[in-house]
Amino acid sequence: MEIGAGQSAYTFTVLLMLIGLYGMVLKRNLVKKLIGMNVFQAAVILFFIVQGYKSGATVPIYDPALGTAPERYINPIPHGLMLTAIVVSVATTGVALALLIRVHRHFGTLDEPALLIQLRKDG
Amino acid sequence: MIESNLPVAIAVVLLFGTLAVVSLGEWRRGLAWPAAFVTILVFAAMSVALLLIVMRRGPVRAPIAGWAAPIGIEFVVDGLGAFVVTVIAGIAVLVALYAREAVGRETPGRETPFFAMFLVLLLGLAGIVLTGDLFNLYVFLEIASLAGYSLMAVGDARAVVSSFRYLIMGTLGASLYLLGVGFLYTLTGSLNMADVAARLPELASNPALLVSVAMMVGGVGLKMALFPMHLWLPDAYTYASSTTTAIVAPVMTKVSAYVVIRMLFFVYDLELVSRELPVGTILAWLSAAGIVVGSVMAIAQTDAKRMLAYSSVAQVAYIGVGIGLASPLALVGAVLHILNHAAMKCCLFLVTGGVTLQTGRRSIAEYAGLGRLMPWTFAGFTLAALAMVGIPPTNGFFSKWYLVLGGIQAGEWALVAVVVASSALTAVYFFRLLELIYAAPAEGLTASDPGLGMRLPVVALGVGVLVLGLGNAWFVTHVIQPSLPGALRAIT
Repeated sequence: MEIGAGQSAYTFTVLLMLIGLYGMVLKRNLVKKLIGMNVFQAAVILFFIVQGYKSGATVPIYDPALGTAPERYINPIPHGLMLTAIVVSVATTGVALALLIRVHRHFGTLDEPALLIQLRKDG
Repeated sequence: MIESNLPVAIAVVLLFGTLAVVSLGEWRRGLAWPAAFVTILVFAAMSVALLLIVMRRGPVRAPIAGWAAPIGIEFVVDGLGAFVVTVIAGIAVLVALYAREAVGRETPGRETPFFAMFLVLLLGLAGIVLTGDLFNLYVFLEIASLAGYSLMAVGDARAVVSSFRYLIMGTLGASLYLLGVGFLYTLTGSLNMADVAARLPELASNPALLVSVAMMVGGVGLKMALFPMHLWLPDAYTYASSTTTAIVAPVMTKVSAYVVIRMLFFVYDLELVSRELPVGTILAWLSAAGIVVGSVMAIAQTDAKRMLAYSSVAQVAYIGVGIGLASPLALVGAVLHILNHAAMKCCLFLVTGGVTLQTGRRSIAEYAGLGRLMPWTFAGFTLAALAMVGIPPTNGFFSKWYLVLGGIQAGEWALVAVVVASSALTAVYFFRLLELIYAAPAEGLTASDPGLGMRLPVVALGVGVLVLGLGNAWFVTHVIQPSLPGALRAIT
């Protein structure tokens, strides 16, 4: 599998992933955690997309002028996979937001340390 | 033709069962449970049929939409897959029986969405086990997880917070798995498990392969609550409704353990990978730490459900030790423990749920004297508790026995010592509870066993714990051994 885009795209993906991880682990606000999660998922999706890219190739729709040579078309499979992954990501975000609405209605805050104190108190 | 369609038919039945639950349940609320129960019975019958077919004639392959592998996605069911899917179905039947009364009492008016999500969870779990495609596994993993998050949010308000925290961690785990799939796809150009496995040996020393192993095992390990990634589990199990915990605790972490087995022994060749990166050893030692931490934390708990949750961390770690040791007997122990722990943990969580519903009690101290007031419930509880400690002839004894033998086979004496010593720790928290239940007087409390639907699964699982223990030799030779990867099949 050729790596057409060089190294910079992968460096960017790793950076994006680290930003997402930072948001998920270190942010106190639950919505920011969720945003971190989305950034992380976007990084994984970009990783796949970059990986299917070939320089000098075009969209994977048969063109009589280009023939059937595989190097003239980019690899469509990662794109197909990521369409599914995006759907999964949207569904996860939806469930997460629904949970957050219920959290905020009951506890009146989305600050994790404050929530944990309330959890321990009730328990 | 019928046989090769059976794996796909299981997924289709569960999917249409979900639709039936939603449409019938919206029309008449009382129909939600019957629709779900019938679907689960069909699912269980199909799983047993699949297991029998696989035992007699070998793996079943079902290409989807006529596209043959490796181009198309296929469902592949071998002995291991059929075994795990049957465990899921068996637990589902018993929990569904219990759920009829329990869900109506815990979340009145919400039966329809609950049972719909219940079936989606089963669909996801069955799909994970049945599929032979790496990316398809990710999709089913997320289907199961999403259903799991929404089910776990049912319960008191604290359940919503713990479910959200679980969602963040679970998505991180699934994304890591997906990243591992990306690496594998880049290396091999294929997503079919068998095809990838055939292409990997020539890539054995490629650093990207090691990264993909680490990401997959790490990501799925998070879902499996492998130490030190177990922190989401105790809160999630404690605050969720009793029916949710009773279905999620026995099967969800086990299915993750199944994925680890599938990856390490059927996709990657663990021996080959271990030359560069000792995955097995790391897994075994992290699990050993998980056993100790889980057991010690369980002793320290005052809430019965939370105690069981920490004990789950320890028990799943037994499976991790078995996988990590990677000797034939240890792997038998790991696979057997998937079944055994599912049976006993389901029973224990059903009992804590029943106690909370009948008496409103949650803490261990409040269990005093309940043994005489709820004799049937606690008969099942006692058998399952003895199995957790590992007293023969209950099933818990035999999976630990195989793990110990496997540890000796691999020459890992320190791990053997951890497994044996942890039985003593388990004995501490269960015998303390049993003494309280039977010896202490119940102060000014009148309580009774719950209705038949809630009592029957507990008793069935209690008896099942004994039957599985007494019949373990048959199980190991006829079901588990033929399902192990070729090189590990011979028990010496």
